Amino acid sequence: MLKIEDLNVHYGVIHALKGVSLEVKQGEIVSLIGANGAGKTTLLHSISGIIKSTSGSIIFEDNDITKRSAKDIVSYGVTQVPEGRRIFKGMSVEENLYMGAYLRSDKDGIHKDLESVFERFPRLKERIKQNAETLSGGEQQMLAMGRALMARPKILLLDEPSMGLSPLLVKEIFKIIIDINKQGTTILLVEQNAKMALGIANHAYVLENGKIVLSGLGHELANSPDVKKAYLGG
Amino acid sequence: MRKNQFTKTNLAWLLVIIGSYLLINVLISAGVINKIYQTVMLTIGINIILAISLNLIIGITGQFSLGHAGFMSIGAYSAGVIVKMMDGAPSSVYIGMLVGILISIVVALIVATPTLRLKGDYLAIATLGFGEIIRIVIQNMKITNGAAGLVLPKLIDWPVVFVFLVISTIVIVSFTYSAYGRACISVREDEIASETMGINTTKYKIMAFVVGAIFASIAGTLYATSFYVIKPEIFSFNKSIDILVIVVFGGMGSFTGSFVSALLISVLNTSLQSFADIRTIIYGALLVLIMIFRPQGLLGKYEFKFSKLFDKFAKKEVRQ
Repeated sequence: MLKIEDLNVHYGVIHALKGVSLEVKQGEIVSLIGANGAGKTTLLHSISGIIKSTSGSIIFEDNDITKRSAKDIVSYGVTQVPEGRRIFKGMSVEENLYMGAYLRSDKDGIHKDLESVFERFPRLKERIKQNAETLSGGEQQMLAMGRALMARPKILLLDEPSMGLSPLLVKEIFKIIIDINKQGTTILLVEQNAKMALGIANHAYVLENGKIVLSGLGHELANSPDVKKAYLGG
Repeated sequence: MRKNQFTKTNLAWLLVIIGSYLLINVLISAGVINKIYQTVMLTIGINIILAISLNLIIGITGQFSLGHAGFMSIGAYSAGVIVKMMDGAPSSVYIGMLVGILISIVVALIVATPTLRLKGDYLAIATLGFGEIIRIVIQNMKITNGAAGLVLPKLIDWPVVFVFLVISTIVIVSFTYSAYGRACISVREDEIASETMGINTTKYKIMAFVVGAIFASIAGTLYATSFYVIKPEIFSFNKSIDILVIVVFGGMGSFTGSFVSALLISVLNTSLQSFADIRTIIYGALLVLIMIFRPQGLLGKYEFKFSKLFDKFAKKEVRQ
């Protein structure tokens, strides 16, 4: 479904991604783990078209999206939940969710999706008119995910959804991710919480200094001694 | 239900517009508003147009512009030159206004397109330079009569300013509450998040900037045709700062705030005229106080809405 080949990204003289290749198949959850500064966010930003790559290709469902604008990429069905949630603070919960459907014009479909987002995140419905700024961290993460779902994505790119959340909330968020995946949305998950991320992944990749150093099935990587040593604390 | 309320608020606003027009008319014919106050009224009207158009750029879209006086001078001089060419025919005001708008659009696109593609406050630097360039160009052109400026007949009075004030407010407020406006607000709140929603951030930043420039130019035309003299020095960097002060004082992102603050500041400026020596001191001290006690501006992001008022009444009735 999503195929990245030999992707290179530079920030000025810094070579942030060095020939990254990875593949996400339809219906899968693919996790990408790595330390700070490994290039995880850079990779997601280049898939979303926010950063332009210097070479390599990103193919989504037979479309080459490498050089497309961020807007086109969203309309193809690739939506990102950015790192640190980045909700629109001056807007209400409802307005935030409608912003997710910005490129859509099917009013009935938008309304239906809003209902299903509220079904998935009942707490958002309780706070529908509340300013998004007043939500707790977990609720903001749910809002960011709900907002992305409003674009009706075929593939959802999640950037560190567990960041800054309590262990209990992290579990809840991961349960929701599995649930979203079961209902037919493919997921590319970027995480520092390697244990959780590998636990739910069909396939996983390890990114280090801009290079993919390991890849394999989720449980395989979770049991690999290298990963254990570097990311799972023993 | 929602639709019904919508027309009710529109009706209420229509009544406010007609009511205030009639009220001012009555007050003038009764002699309560004399010639001096009428001049103050013109200043207030023009300042409000300038403030709400700058508020669209700074408060709503979050892009910092320091060249609003530049667009004002384009509108003023376009009208000035055309009024001179047509020997002060009444229609020359509107032809001049149109020319000013067209030039402003072109210039705004030239300034904004390269700078607004970038994230960050590059627009501030570019518009700062642009404002000075425009002033120097006007100072050195023959057609604008250089530093001496143009002397023009008074061609418009407060009803014209009033009509343009209403038009500007309706256009800018409708823009803000449209899908375009929501995109602009999302750009202000978070550019990266907007992009992940598929919003072309550059496009909306430029759009807001151009709309703001158009109304600054209109305000310039109104200024030129109601205040007799235009000189390049009137449209210096200080003028841009004056407009910025009105916006910040009223609250960035609040059009109600811009109205209130344009009114207060214009009245304050006029009433302090008799203390010319200490005027700027009082003015400066007041601004410092406001920034200490209300850093978000007088009204913050509050907007007066009839729909809110009606909702309140409806709730009271239910309770009783």
